[in-house]
Amino acid sequence: MSDPIRAMTAELAAEPGSLVFLDLAELLRRRGQLAAALKVAASGVARYPTLADAHDLRARIHSDLGDSEAAFDAWMDALELDPSHVGAHKGLGFLYFRAHDPVRALRHLETALTRSDDPGLHAAIARVRAAVTEADQAPPIDDEPPPAEGAVRAMAGDLPFSLVEGPASSATPSDSDLFAGFEGARDGLLLLDAQGMRLGGGLRDADGADVADAVAAHLAGVSREAARTARLLELGAWASVSAECGDGNLHLCAPTAEAVLLTVRDSSIPAGRLALLADRAAAAARRWLGGTA
Amino acid sequence: MTGYREVLERVSAVGGIRGTMLVAAADGIVVAESLMDGIDGRAVAALTASLVGRLRRTTASAGLQAPTVMHLRAENGSVLAVPAAGDLLIVAVTERGANLGLARLEMLDAARQVA
Repeated sequence: MSDPIRAMTAELAAEPGSLVFLDLAELLRRRGQLAAALKVAASGVARYPTLADAHDLRARIHSDLGDSEAAFDAWMDALELDPSHVGAHKGLGFLYFRAHDPVRALRHLETALTRSDDPGLHAAIARVRAAVTEADQAPPIDDEPPPAEGAVRAMAGDLPFSLVEGPASSATPSDSDLFAGFEGARDGLLLLDAQGMRLGGGLRDADGADVADAVAAHLAGVSREAARTARLLELGAWASVSAECGDGNLHLCAPTAEAVLLTVRDSSIPAGRLALLADRAAAAARRWLGGTA
Repeated sequence: MTGYREVLERVSAVGGIRGTMLVAAADGIVVAESLMDGIDGRAVAALTASLVGRLRRTTASAGLQAPTVMHLRAENGSVLAVPAAGDLLIVAVTERGANLGLARLEMLDAARQVA
């Protein structure tokens, strides 16, 4: 571990509420240590869920990992908190351009330009304008309002991620196979590795906000704590942890020694039935993990 | 304290329960206990309080309310925890095959009596 990273890690450990996580995750990202960067960023987002810069950082890491869908969600989260966030508009412009939607890409990039004089932004806009012209679909962009709070969510369903080039095009279909046919495959089933990194599935709260990474940041610790508790109380290997909340139930289990599966449903699904659903999802996760190994 | 013991002993009377405790959730300290021999109450208290703390943070991140019942299921038994007033936890350690449904109900009832 190099010195700046070591120093910032020590600072963060000494003061978990410090905003140094932004610098630490960015430095890790720039050095290509994306898994570590995402973990730091996710913890930061969990601690500062209303900090747009934290969501922007998480989005850039997801983008570097080739997970365009997660990057899109995180940039949307940033825009909901700060509708003029330059980094989020630049990121969404990039994603839309890669998704062959230069019109929306241009809209975001031009919005970013109103708040930034980044030379790279001028070059990007010129390139996207050329694409718009080539496609003969240049609209009167100046008449298009920038994405407003609330409107940005509506655009999510329009983004054709299947057209995205690069790593995401191979990652997204395999992820969608993971819990195919399961209710809540994208918003109530979350598969993580032992370090709390998302392998597949997704989790949204009752308002539809993506909470997968924020929850993931805690789950590796929960599973380790469960294993330790069961072992020290001489109960053998842990099988599951469940929590009944007033508005929902949560079930955590380990489909394999290296993976953790979280199943969440509203309180209309009793805890016992949730455990059965989780068992079925765990079997699917084992098959999927076996197929991707 | 006697009142606490009586409440715990009612929960301990459920088949398959090896012991029950009242634990301070914030620091994992034993407040009262009704345990069979062979169970280290301090370890149960500390470990359960820590696990419940992590679960509370997890459910908060998921946008859910705080847990009202927590259940750790293991190969040879379970640990159940139910929050009570004053940031206390009713904790039960069970054998494999214990009547968990009845234990859950008794613990929820016990939590209401702890004020």
